[in-house]
Amino acid sequence: MTRSPKQIHLAAHFPGVNNTTVWSDPGSGSHIEFSSFAHLAQTAERAKFDFLFLAEGLRLREQGGKIYDLDVVGRPDTFTVLAALAAVTDRLGLAGTINSTFNEPYEVARQFASLDHLSGGRAAWNVVTSWDAFTGENFRRGGFLPQDARYERAKTFLRTTWELFDSWHGDEIVADKESGVFLADPGAGQFAHTDAHFDIHGQFSVPRSPQGRPVIFQAGDSEEGREFAASSADAIFSRHGTLEDGQKFYADVKGRLAKYDRSPDQLLILPAATFVLGDTDADAREIAREVRFQQVSGQTAIMFAEQLWNRDLSGYDPDGPLPDVDPLPGENTISRGRASVRMYRDPLAIAAQWRALAAERNLSLREVVIEVTGRQTFVGSAATIAGEINHLVQADASDGFILVPHITPGGLDVFADTVVPLLQERGVFRTEYEGTTLRSHLGLDSLPTGRASERNSAVAS
Amino acid sequence: MEIRAIPPGVIPIGREYVLTTYAPSPLHLSVALDGAGWHPAAWRTGRARADELLTPRYWVDVVTEAERGLLDLVTFEDGLSLQSARFGAPDHRTDQVRGRLDSVLIAARVAPVTRSIGLIPAVIVTHTEPFHASKAIATLDYVSTGRAGVRVRISASPHEAAYFGRRDIPDVPPPGQRDDADPALRQFLSGLFDEAADYVEVMRRLWDSWEDDAEIRDAATGRFIDRDKLHYIDFVGDYFSVRGPSITPRPPQGQPLVAALAHGSEPYRLIARAADVGFVTPHDPGQARGIVAEVRAAQDVSGRADDTIHVFADLVVFLDEDAGTAAGRKARLDELAGQEYRSDAPVFTGTPVQLADLLQEWQQAGLSGFRLRPGVIPDDLEAITRGLVPELQRRGAFRTRYEPGTLRGRLGLSRPASRYTAAGRSTA
Repeated sequence: MTRSPKQIHLAAHFPGVNNTTVWSDPGSGSHIEFSSFAHLAQTAERAKFDFLFLAEGLRLREQGGKIYDLDVVGRPDTFTVLAALAAVTDRLGLAGTINSTFNEPYEVARQFASLDHLSGGRAAWNVVTSWDAFTGENFRRGGFLPQDARYERAKTFLRTTWELFDSWHGDEIVADKESGVFLADPGAGQFAHTDAHFDIHGQFSVPRSPQGRPVIFQAGDSEEGREFAASSADAIFSRHGTLEDGQKFYADVKGRLAKYDRSPDQLLILPAATFVLGDTDADAREIAREVRFQQVSGQTAIMFAEQLWNRDLSGYDPDGPLPDVDPLPGENTISRGRASVRMYRDPLAIAAQWRALAAERNLSLREVVIEVTGRQTFVGSAATIAGEINHLVQADASDGFILVPHITPGGLDVFADTVVPLLQERGVFRTEYEGTTLRSHLGLDSLPTGRASERNSAVAS
Repeated sequence: MEIRAIPPGVIPIGREYVLTTYAPSPLHLSVALDGAGWHPAAWRTGRARADELLTPRYWVDVVTEAERGLLDLVTFEDGLSLQSARFGAPDHRTDQVRGRLDSVLIAARVAPVTRSIGLIPAVIVTHTEPFHASKAIATLDYVSTGRAGVRVRISASPHEAAYFGRRDIPDVPPPGQRDDADPALRQFLSGLFDEAADYVEVMRRLWDSWEDDAEIRDAATGRFIDRDKLHYIDFVGDYFSVRGPSITPRPPQGQPLVAALAHGSEPYRLIARAADVGFVTPHDPGQARGIVAEVRAAQDVSGRADDTIHVFADLVVFLDEDAGTAAGRKARLDELAGQEYRSDAPVFTGTPVQLADLLQEWQQAGLSGFRLRPGVIPDDLEAITRGLVPELQRRGAFRTRYEPGTLRGRLGLSRPASRYTAAGRSTA
């Protein structure tokens, strides 16, 4: 017996404010103009993707006390772009990263409920947290949050927005012109929430949206992050895209669901993935090598090395050997506003690995950085990539992928034209949208409106 | 058709305006959109789309109609609370429209499917982050290619403060029932307006924090931006501090339009200090003249004497081909609502011709335009776009097509250089 193949979920990530994005390519367009966002979204919708994904950063990155200028810099406001994209797409899910530290639940709930209405049920929220005072300098609240409180705040923030979303059940607006009854329930929207982070009450102003609430994404990889996802998220934006790594992560996170009374299909695992397509696998490998050199210029290599070494390396030659000095231990002060730096938990050990690699393969500083930073997940012909994606999904290394093109905005076009049809031929990817909401695309059940659960709890008590 | 008067248009208050003035029909017309219309019983009328008020289709249709009338701009009413007939507190009524969407997102949803009309949502400055609002409005300017503005509102409601739980707001009685001379009340309210002015200052500095040519994509040096053209704004005030720069590059208009609705000296001063357009509610030309004079005086005090600041009068309008029909329609709505409709703005019932007469007369009091609040949507909106506008066009008092350009340009406002450039500093 063979089970019927899993259906693959695919999404498009608008190219990021980082060195994956190649801005020097002649085909590279604006990262700000709406036409770029519309192009990528319409390509994704043409290819029947589940959703488009936007990242966010609330302070420009700095290195050595200066604004980092080697990558794409600048991005528009997440909510505003997603609402505008709802006008030029019809079915595509619209996922935005919104920070739970520098926002308040009432306002975020209002914005997501509005986006869900304005898109006919296509909104999704990637919940992220920060604690850094650096970003806090742009906000009233400042950098007030201790690092260990960030997940607790994120979780209670999310739960609080759910109380707001659920304060309307969806049947209150009757708008009966004859009788003059607009609202069936004068108390619609009432809420009260008190905990260590929030003490709020009142009446929520946005009636229930088509999905009830946005689809919830979580991106953190820590123990707390995984637990948070298992308890509260509908999908994980993971970074574990290889077979072994992916399977391990997949099993780990899906294994945590039972204790929250959730089934494995209620949390999708969607790693971010880059891709380089060629006519043949050999062509693709050649292009991929060129892309890596575009992504990691000599200056970019020095910057990456500085992030690990935590010191000024501007005097070093990127085409020469790795620095002969050791990384500075302690708090990383050279680079700010960049999540990846915090992953260097043991800089001395990592520097030793870099040196071993350089010695073994006779690599320059730049070549080492090219080797160790950023994996290209899929490199090959359309047939090869379609085969790999399908293999990884069927082998439970993921439920699909969030594809990150390296060219804005046309970097997904060839994938849509060549890889997607092959997946459709295999019967593992949709040829038409079946439903209208993002929950439907992701195979998630509709949420109860709250009335049913009220009745259930009334029965139970 | 005789042109009744030489259109007085915008009072030429500064050199800039005189240089950029365009003849001969500078009457500015805008429409304020709120639910099914401004009359509380509007939703019960035949063509009202009462059950579609939360759909994108509704807002696209309504703004498209306004654009068909070549209007300068539309505003979208917004507030943190559910609508209420009580001042600053919920009323728990079920016979009126309740529930609404975030106005910035409505404007963004409408922007790609309209082409020319200005889009002005509201932000509530008392409880929100100026950094977020600045990039949201900059982005609205991008998605609308230069048609964005923002109306700033304060919130003096303890009920709204409780949605955030971060600051105490005392119970402020409604105008007329409070002692406006009470020093504690005055201090509290003027603090909210000072905070609003700071909020606008931060938005404006952030809009300027990227110079226009900051993105260089210089392959030779590997630099995407010239970081010397990005600027920390380092705003430090009594209510918040913001470091900057914005994460969003300078928007197409450079400075999207800032507007505020005002009914008294404190908010007139906010308009004078911070806004490009003030919406005011005089009940006759004499009051209009007085308000305009007060705004101009405050403008001088604020050091903005050379800036163009528009003053638009708000009017709630019920329009029909026959004046009696309009009055009768409004009376029937009052009956449905159970009481006579009153508003902060004057309520006009009559024909498009009569309204055109009134607008031209009031314009001579120094107003540069009007913000009409349709009593019923679509009825009174269509009466504006298909009745009033053609009437004004016949009189040579209103545009017959949109000129290409931005919302600022339509209002005779130039595109300022960033304050952080040499050119911007010299004119500041």
